[in-house]
Amino acid sequence: MRYLGIEEIENIAIGAALLGTGGGGDPYIGKIMAIQAIEEFGPIPLLDITELEDDDIVVPSAMMGAPTVMVEKIPSGEEALASFKALEKVLNKKIKATMPIEAGGVNSLLPLALAARIGLPVVDGDGMGRAFPELQMVTFYLEGVSTTPLVLADEKGNNLVLNTIDGLWAEKIARSATMVMGGSVMNAIYPMTGRQVKQSAIYRTLTLEEKIGRTIREAKSNGLNAIDEVLTLLNGFKLFTGKIVDIDRQTDGGFVKGQAKISGLDSNKGENAYINFQNEHLIAKTDSNILCMTPDLITVLDSETALPITTEGMRYGSRVTLIGIPCDEKWRTPKGIEVAGPRYFGYDYDFIPVEKLNERNDQ
Amino acid sequence: MVYRLGIDVGGTNTDGVLLDEDMNVIYSVKTPTTDDIETGIYRAIEKIVEQATIDTKEINFAMLGTTQCTNAIVERKNLNNVAIIRIGAPAGTAIKPLAGVPQDLKDILGSNMFIIRGGHEFNGSEIASFDEDKVKRIGEQLIGKVDSIAITSIFSPVNKEHEIRAKDILQEVMGDDISISLSSEIGSIGLLERENATILNASIIDVARRTADGFENALEKHGIKAKVFFCQNDGTLMSKAYTLKYPILTVACGPTNSLRGASFLSNNTDAIIVDVGGTTTDIGVLVKGFPRQSSIAVELGGVRTNFRMPDINSIGLGGGTIIHINEDSFTIGPDSVGHRLHEEAMIFGGNTLTATDVVVGLGLLDLGNRELVSHLKQSLLEDIYKSMIEMVEEAVDKVKTSALDMPVVLVGGGNVLLPTELKGASQVFRPNNGHVANAIGSAISQISGEIEKIFSINKENREEILKKAQQMAIQETINAGANETKVEIVDMEHVPLAYLPGNATRVKVKAAGELALK
Repeated sequence: MRYLGIEEIENIAIGAALLGTGGGGDPYIGKIMAIQAIEEFGPIPLLDITELEDDDIVVPSAMMGAPTVMVEKIPSGEEALASFKALEKVLNKKIKATMPIEAGGVNSLLPLALAARIGLPVVDGDGMGRAFPELQMVTFYLEGVSTTPLVLADEKGNNLVLNTIDGLWAEKIARSATMVMGGSVMNAIYPMTGRQVKQSAIYRTLTLEEKIGRTIREAKSNGLNAIDEVLTLLNGFKLFTGKIVDIDRQTDGGFVKGQAKISGLDSNKGENAYINFQNEHLIAKTDSNILCMTPDLITVLDSETALPITTEGMRYGSRVTLIGIPCDEKWRTPKGIEVAGPRYFGYDYDFIPVEKLNERNDQ
Repeated sequence: MVYRLGIDVGGTNTDGVLLDEDMNVIYSVKTPTTDDIETGIYRAIEKIVEQATIDTKEINFAMLGTTQCTNAIVERKNLNNVAIIRIGAPAGTAIKPLAGVPQDLKDILGSNMFIIRGGHEFNGSEIASFDEDKVKRIGEQLIGKVDSIAITSIFSPVNKEHEIRAKDILQEVMGDDISISLSSEIGSIGLLERENATILNASIIDVARRTADGFENALEKHGIKAKVFFCQNDGTLMSKAYTLKYPILTVACGPTNSLRGASFLSNNTDAIIVDVGGTTTDIGVLVKGFPRQSSIAVELGGVRTNFRMPDINSIGLGGGTIIHINEDSFTIGPDSVGHRLHEEAMIFGGNTLTATDVVVGLGLLDLGNRELVSHLKQSLLEDIYKSMIEMVEEAVDKVKTSALDMPVVLVGGGNVLLPTELKGASQVFRPNNGHVANAIGSAISQISGEIEKIFSINKENREEILKKAQQMAIQETINAGANETKVEIVDMEHVPLAYLPGNATRVKVKAAGELALK
């Protein structure tokens, strides 16, 4: 076990935005909440998954709803606490630790704010290794962990305990309830035993995020190319370099879907690349080749600062570098592809790993 | 004839221009910026009045672009005694006001902070009922302690009712003299950034009042009875009354003015503008006649805010930039002699080698006494000059959005330092009066109006709603003093709110138009 202080939080926030593949919202709010909680309550204990006992109870905590709402209606800080208390009552057991459900944007930081506040450790892992738009798109679900009992809590003091037949129903009901509760709520979800965490979680995500943040910050001060350093750290691929020339966003069923067109610069001069997104980036392609596809990670970095850009933050004229990162092996199983592969999102492609695509494109 | 007077206060120089109603430059002046700013403005007006041959009574409009408000924030000087009220509890308490703000500023502004019940949801319904009694008690407690209050209510860009009620109660309790800044009038969605901007606004009310009064007094003393306007950072104007309420909108108007002035003088609407001053060179991009805006949260005096600012790349190279020589090697700046160029530069008999001395020494510019730099090796001067140009070329390349060559316009007092051929430029313009482009930008500023609202948009009603939003923005602009036949939509943004069904879409429209000259 080690402790996370304010500097670690700063680095984790950068790493989380990068692994967030454009979604999950700006981690700024989560970062400031975590920093304020650390200032008030002290550093946060970080538990390695191997340190868990098999019968410990671990409950991920996350926000649900629109990040755009959360940057305006900042939480009270009591929501997550209330959801944990309500869930302990339902389970009739004490919760041992919390963890992030995803490695994207704001949700990777919020459990840290909660942990500091109630003095619980955070488990060094998550359920995606990236961000995804739907509740059932987590490795916990792939391993058969039940989404429910799940608790939604708002800042007004309302909470809602859900028991559903499957994750898809949990997603549907929770999303409607979130609207009624004000567009942004906290949840306690996928309650698990230590044994289940060991089987189903993605390991050491927080440590990886911290390393990404530190790599980018240190590369800058050491005069190294931050994008190259990140690619080395993550075994990633530089997919395309260019500037954004068109963005088409539409809301559909509560998601922002759309496409960004990137006109090539440097070695990609004369070509165009396209990114399709649904909150997160899902497909990157050129006119002739597919560059990367979900569940592998597609991240848009500012070519100059190497800092990640969210789908909402993409602007005409930004100079960007697209990178592709292999996802965790858990997502490359038939079940993983079925839940979060190209076809689930309506793209008529068989999943091909980013390393194969780029080997082929290089030839 | 109707004349207009434009003044722009920069870090080194205070510039003034007089334009006739056909926008011809009648007279221009450049005076050093003084430490108190006001004296410099006074002198610029004095010079214009002395030398221009027109009847000062015909100057009907006077526009001021000034840095006093920015300076006050950056230097933490002369700030108001501020109280901060956030409306939104139980929401919002996880992050206190001023979180992430530098400690020295927190110490000055953070002694009276309150978070009270109220605020709205994204759809405009109440989070909690507004706590009137609490506001009354806060007002009573603050009498005599603060002179300016910043009020920020959750989702006030959608529904500002609670901000307005709080303002009414506080004025009732504390009197009408208390300044009140409402966040709904200052920033967009994003509570912390909007709240920060509102707090900064509240803290510079007195600075703005002194500046505005000083400007009016200076005009009056010279017999000028003009309608006074102040420049905003988006290239449009505000009335005095509006400026006293929202001084924060003047921040960074200087670079904007020089971009707009350069656009006007060179007749370019899409170009890269290089403004060479005494201490820095500011490079910005003109898109359709307006500055390209920064797309990231902007920091002001170390405070994260979300109002729009021009996207400026600033490098430490100006006419007064000091060249440090160490045997055969050299470094350029970043320190500068600033407005003391005429005392300290070698060509004027001083002891400091400046960028201006280098250019004169190479015979590229006729200024001061070239003999005074003749002892310097030509090859060294050539190397320094080459580096200076490379700095500018690199900075120009950085602001570009494509590898294509673009028109480049050189303006600012130091524009003569640069050559008319630059790498990456399709053509280099050096317009007449470019040395006072910023004052011209201030004089030609337009009147604008803006709306931001959340609409429920679907395929069927999309066109109709966007049209309605545009009409609202145009009406705002006419109300602010624009000529109704010449108002155009200059910016429109609609962002769907992610993860929410119901197609809630945030629509922001801005219109601008020529000043109505009657």
